[in-house]
Amino acid sequence: MTAEARQPRAERDEPRPGLSRACTPVRPMTPELYRVRSRRADRVDTVTLQLVPVRGGCPPYLPGQFTMLYAPGVGEVPMSISGRASSGGYVHTIRAVGAVSGALCGKRPGDVVGVRGPYGTWWDIPAAAEMDVVVAAGGLGLAPLRPLVRELVRHRSRYGRISVIAGTRTPATLVYGPELARWRGNGVDVQVTVDHPDHVWKGPVGLVTRLLDRIVFEPRRTFAFVCGPEAMMRATADDLVGRGVAARRVELSLERNMKCGIGWCGHCQLGPLFVCLDGPVLSYERAARLLAVKEL
Amino acid sequence: METVVIRSLEPLIAELRARGFTVVAPKARDRVIRMDEIASESELPRGHGDEQAPGRYRLRERDDEMLFGFAASPDSAKRYTQPPSRTLFRMRGENIEEPEAEVPRVALLGIRACDLAALAVQDRVFLGGRHPDPDYRKRREALFLVAVNCAVPGGTCFCVSMGTGPKATAGYDLALTELAGPHRFVADAGSARGAEILRALPRVPAAEADLDAAERVSRTAAEHMGRQVDTEGIKERVAGAHDSPRWQQVASRCLTCANCTMVCPTCFCTTVEDSTDLTEGAAERIERWDSCFTLGFSEVGGSPVRGSGAGRYRQWLTHKFSTWFDQFGTSGCVGCGRCITWCPVGIDVTEELANLP
Repeated sequence: MTAEARQPRAERDEPRPGLSRACTPVRPMTPELYRVRSRRADRVDTVTLQLVPVRGGCPPYLPGQFTMLYAPGVGEVPMSISGRASSGGYVHTIRAVGAVSGALCGKRPGDVVGVRGPYGTWWDIPAAAEMDVVVAAGGLGLAPLRPLVRELVRHRSRYGRISVIAGTRTPATLVYGPELARWRGNGVDVQVTVDHPDHVWKGPVGLVTRLLDRIVFEPRRTFAFVCGPEAMMRATADDLVGRGVAARRVELSLERNMKCGIGWCGHCQLGPLFVCLDGPVLSYERAARLLAVKEL
Repeated sequence: METVVIRSLEPLIAELRARGFTVVAPKARDRVIRMDEIASESELPRGHGDEQAPGRYRLRERDDEMLFGFAASPDSAKRYTQPPSRTLFRMRGENIEEPEAEVPRVALLGIRACDLAALAVQDRVFLGGRHPDPDYRKRREALFLVAVNCAVPGGTCFCVSMGTGPKATAGYDLALTELAGPHRFVADAGSARGAEILRALPRVPAAEADLDAAERVSRTAAEHMGRQVDTEGIKERVAGAHDSPRWQQVASRCLTCANCTMVCPTCFCTTVEDSTDLTEGAAERIERWDSCFTLGFSEVGGSPVRGSGAGRYRQWLTHKFSTWFDQFGTSGCVGCGRCITWCPVGIDVTEELANLP
């Protein structure tokens, strides 16, 4: 599976082994209906929803993939999957930044939303086996990384040192606080930095890249997973590469405007790539040159 | 099947209509050639020609009996394979209904080689990938294509450079070459159903002289291209030009009006719109044509990735001539020239290409 992820798109067109297509509607632009099973407010503008299918099962996903989430009558947005719901479904952590994400954040248990997918590429977790792992998150970039870290923790002995470094605006905007503490208890070095400390914050202040000095990894035997605002991802990836981590072993998750998620609408193009099909997860080896061009 | 000569299109139009096709053909309307439904040969734009230049389109009279004596019209086959707007689904309570896709049985009479090539490009986009569009497939299969080989290319045509014309070589059910003195059509079938229809028409075998005359029409057309593009290494050349000052120069003229993308037979980008019916609590989602020239097209988190006109023009041109190869293994441009003719400020894509480093 991992070898496939690195091949050009045309060669990856076959359905992946193990991923059922049972739930794919006949028309690719028609969502399946999911019910909100639970809702947790993570912070003022961010909620985590557990979504379970109204009818039938739901297709499996790989950490890093996304769904197209539909708020009935309002619109549809791409949203990274943050985990599997306990009774079979998806966990999505959503921040209210526009009309659609705002409507999704307002959904209550029992409400119905539409889901298409999962779509896109996934974190190449098997490629990190036997290596030190650096997971770097900026803000809500932690959401698509959560299922990855859970996978790493589940098979802790397969990896060398595991470090999670996260940057957030203020101590209050950090998501998954209790879970970060659990990861710490499971052999993961978790470090958090904030842009704006409050009066009780005693931890690091500043950019997430500064945390790279506080963790231990052997650059030539390190695999890194990075997600956050584009500037943060480029700075972090450049820093890692500067320290000797191979660019092909640094993966990013990109965000672009998407109306379809399946290569039809054209909105998510990044040079030769469709981020919905060739991404969202891309190696820095492939992404660096494209992200360096302004307005590409 | 052998190549034949038919004297009139009336029996062909009648035969297609009898088989349940709506015959759509060029018509002179609103001082322009439009594709529209016809019932008889008499509705074709006999005696009309056109004059096309950057930002300019004029109909003019011809002093002969030619029915197809003009070049590409603003309409391509795109609206029949990818409608400008379609309903994706309606949601009522916890039910989703998918409306039956509209699949008009249309016979396009007078489609040109460039537009046949454009259909082949669209096929790659909507049928060639991981997520084929079943509605596109239905509409595509419902089309009956009667190509007419170009006799009079327009001032903005460059199909020869793009290797798509002026003679139709594949992808048609029937192909016609219009000849004068006496007025007649050399016809050949490109599919089994095309051959079947041809057999139902009054016809005579084509003589050597007819074949020579038809060949001469296509050869003369090829020699009269209004524009040309040097396609040697074009994919790499355009991809490597992202820092060229030329983008700023063209952006100072470009209105980012999206006309070029609307008339382009291969531009496929769409957006979606949602609405609700307050009385019934029903929601509807439609898809409609969109353009990479709009500011909102690339918006992420409230700001556009391509905020400048230069960035958007570069995206469009680079997609057509470079990244389309990466994505679909073919050029995104078929050389029809519509984007040049219908650009309100007359930006000429062939000139822009020639001026890139």
